[in-house]
Amino acid sequence: MHKTNSIGFFVFLTIFIGFVIFLYGPIISIILLSFQGPTGGLTFPLNGFSLHWFRELWQGSGLVDISASFKRSIQLGIFVMILTVLISVSAGLAFRKKFFGSDLLFYTSIASLIVPSIVLSLGIALEFRLIDNLIILIGEGLGIQSIIDNFQTSLGMYTSGFGAQLTWTLPFGLLIMFAIFNRFDKSLEEAARDLGATSFQTFWYVVLPIIAPSIVGIALFGFTLSYDELARSSQVMGATNTLPLDLRGLTTTVTTPIIYALGTVTTGVSFLVIGISISFVYLLGWKRNNQEKSKI
Amino acid sequence: MKKNLQIIQPKLSLLALPLALIFIAYFIVPLALTVMVSFWDYTEYSIVPDFILGNYLYIFEGCFSFQNGLCLTFKTYISTFFFCFFTWAITLFLGFCVAYFLAFYVNSTSLQITLFLICTIPFWTSNVIRMVSWIPLLGRNGLVNDFLLSIGVIQEPIEWLLYSSFSVILALVHLYTLFMIVPIFNSMLRIDKGVLEAAYDLGASQFQVITNIIIPLCKPGIIIGSIFVITVVMGDFLTIGIMGGQQLASVGKIINTEMNYLQLPGAAANSVILLFITIFVIIVMTKFIDIRKEL
Repeated sequence: MHKTNSIGFFVFLTIFIGFVIFLYGPIISIILLSFQGPTGGLTFPLNGFSLHWFRELWQGSGLVDISASFKRSIQLGIFVMILTVLISVSAGLAFRKKFFGSDLLFYTSIASLIVPSIVLSLGIALEFRLIDNLIILIGEGLGIQSIIDNFQTSLGMYTSGFGAQLTWTLPFGLLIMFAIFNRFDKSLEEAARDLGATSFQTFWYVVLPIIAPSIVGIALFGFTLSYDELARSSQVMGATNTLPLDLRGLTTTVTTPIIYALGTVTTGVSFLVIGISISFVYLLGWKRNNQEKSKI
Repeated sequence: MKKNLQIIQPKLSLLALPLALIFIAYFIVPLALTVMVSFWDYTEYSIVPDFILGNYLYIFEGCFSFQNGLCLTFKTYISTFFFCFFTWAITLFLGFCVAYFLAFYVNSTSLQITLFLICTIPFWTSNVIRMVSWIPLLGRNGLVNDFLLSIGVIQEPIEWLLYSSFSVILALVHLYTLFMIVPIFNSMLRIDKGVLEAAYDLGASQFQVITNIIIPLCKPGIIIGSIFVITVVMGDFLTIGIMGGQQLASVGKIINTEMNYLQLPGAAANSVILLFITIFVIIVMTKFIDIRKEL
């Protein structure tokens, strides 16, 4: 429609290419710098080439226990991913029909997406601190020794932490479900029902295969946003730290390329997950095309 | 068939229950408690149920006398709005151009998806790492300074490239331009190409088509993107903290600092004010659109 030899094309092409370089340039630079030799510093030029800083990272070398928080973040990411998929898909199905409070619920999830993260993090922290006070009060009132002696806090990754992350991942999941169901051809389901399928069969054999690529998308959002989440998690993880929390601490204390090595590793994990998800979506599309062809 | 559907109806809405429960437990109740605690008193080690206005009065202490210049709270909000405005203006411009390129110059759908993914992938990686990754470029001995020194534009390294308002806005633009691209691109895909062709046939220039057709039709996308960017910057404390070298002020940082000193009611009062200002901004912006129709 636009002529591709016009000046406008080159202007916008330049802006686009510039934007992509702006997006990827910095991250490429720290990946390069993380492979420096032992004398390497925080800036260019590169001083040698080695895996020195990755070895340092692996051995801990006086830093906080990165491998433990790395493991914790991955576990939490998987947990949040599963919940995000289950909850948003089921809610997405419900939202296809208007129900009592559906508008309110929809606007609540939008609000949850745009509420300032620090405010929500504070709120959840307050909630669990008040629960703490309540538990201690009950413990003292009833004379429960184990509470009086040992209880510290109810704040933790799997009490307050995952919930704070869900307030961030679920709206994305829900929006993806809305996007797919707004374009969904309902006659397919009606056909299945007319042919005598139960509602579960209709879902399992008709709806699910159609929305499968979107579900992969929701899983991708669920994992990566949880794995990298910091703003909402900042006050609610209790005694343990996730990887992004440790990373933030390191930005002020570490002056060696070890932080770049860590950046390379965590970006590598993100890229791996993104790569798996995207190939999965392509595989699903390819499989469907093949099936359609074989039917003809 | 009718009968079958009727059995399904009540069950269907139950499917939204887990979502509702999560939002009640981790969104509604926490915000309500924040409002409640903002009226509580506190000592050095605990918070005390009460109903006082002290936390709010403390925030606005000296704000309305204007004798010693602006009070800390007003200065902080001005600094926050400053970051909001510049980040908004730059992300809007960049986001619009990128979306425009993708929507109207890239004709093959698969190329469109690929290029769109290239813009999206960084969103799924760590924000902190994306901030840290500016250090080798902007630092005192970074690439930018090296380059400028070598071509002789400057004699001394520029100090304000890193840990300054400049680096904060740069990082915010880097992190959040995607929030503009997605809704604007979505709006652009809905524009009937025939309308544009008609305009070109009638002799409109590309600039006229953009300003008279595309921008008005993209208004919903522009507004949604603006809401995302502005609200995320309003509450930001990480980017302004890390990229500002912990020297610059923002409302989010005040809340964060107060929390670290366990001045929870004070932090709650600041949160309530921030929340109201955010809601006000959103209400003003959503006057123009219905979000639900845009998905």
